[in-house]
Amino acid sequence: MNQNSTEAIKELLYKMADDLLIIGHRNSEWTGLGPILEEDISFSSMAQDKIGQAQAIYQLLHDLGEQEPDTVAFTRNANQFHNSQLVELPNGEYDFSLVRHFLYDHADQLRFEALANSSYEPLAKVARKVKGELKYHVFHANTWLVKLGSANEESHSRMQTAFNDAWNYALGMFEKSAFEDQLIAEGIFEGEDILQEKWLANITPYLIKAGIEIPASSNWKPVFGGRIGQHTAELSPLVEEMSEVFRYDPTAEW
Amino acid sequence: MIKSLDPRVTRAEIEIENPIAPLNELDQWETYEVFHQKKRGDQHMHVGIVHAPNAEMAFLFGKEQYGRRGFSVNIWVVKTRDVFASEYDDSDIFDTVPEKQYREAGGYKVMEKINKYKKGV
Repeated sequence: MNQNSTEAIKELLYKMADDLLIIGHRNSEWTGLGPILEEDISFSSMAQDKIGQAQAIYQLLHDLGEQEPDTVAFTRNANQFHNSQLVELPNGEYDFSLVRHFLYDHADQLRFEALANSSYEPLAKVARKVKGELKYHVFHANTWLVKLGSANEESHSRMQTAFNDAWNYALGMFEKSAFEDQLIAEGIFEGEDILQEKWLANITPYLIKAGIEIPASSNWKPVFGGRIGQHTAELSPLVEEMSEVFRYDPTAEW
Repeated sequence: MIKSLDPRVTRAEIEIENPIAPLNELDQWETYEVFHQKKRGDQHMHVGIVHAPNAEMAFLFGKEQYGRRGFSVNIWVVKTRDVFASEYDDSDIFDTVPEKQYREAGGYKVMEKINKYKKGV
């Protein structure tokens, strides 16, 4: 692995880990406030899975010379995060959180699935390990989306509205990195274009079942910028709240 | 508005006078009995109950409630109302069971032969 591909891999790892950490934190905000006990526990448990996956990837970054996972997660400012803007948006009502969960987790599953065959073996190993967790997360998302999309007038219109609000942000997940061609050429990652294509193919059957319509592609306006540190005003307070305890005493042993 | 140490609660802008109407009976989801299997070939064991609107969702909840710690390879969920249960008032139907030792393998005469064999006679 030459110096150049290390930079490319780091960029890939950062955006994945930051997506996972931020969505994990957002989803964990439902803990204790979820719609019913069983769902509260399930959603919280999946949020923990996300944080665990983030940690595994921050560890890979540490192995490549970056700081300790906790330091990376809790001491950066918002503009140093590489997550897509989709994951930092506030939870809103449960409909929005579920739609985001659906859109994000399908992409996440496909990304890891592709990376299970990556030429960068440490990442391939992590990808193979989280396969089962992701399968459950996607199953959970599909079940809720189809159930609420087709339950009654109110639930359907709420889901469609949440979907419309999330859509352009979801497309922003596939913002290309400066190292895109290199990652593809070296067999590290298949690239955002292919990923987006697969994602669309995977989510469509569930959206049809749920009766949720995808906006016409002529109206697609992907919200990019997250991967290069451009974020909404929502990320900064999130990061502050998430890292409050850590920053209180960075040397504390847990 | 409720002000809490938990910023999420403060953000939710909950009125202090917040009359929460109790749910109507039919607004409650029904319950499913959850059975989990620790490894292939084992019996499925009853582990508890979840509320869910359908079987798929009951599985999702059952997996997190009862399968997220320790080993699991399989989960069954069954609507509670589909379980036929005997009445506790009828539990006297089991009363004479302890007396019927002749029904137990331990009561067979052949046990003597087996014990002899085990002792290596």
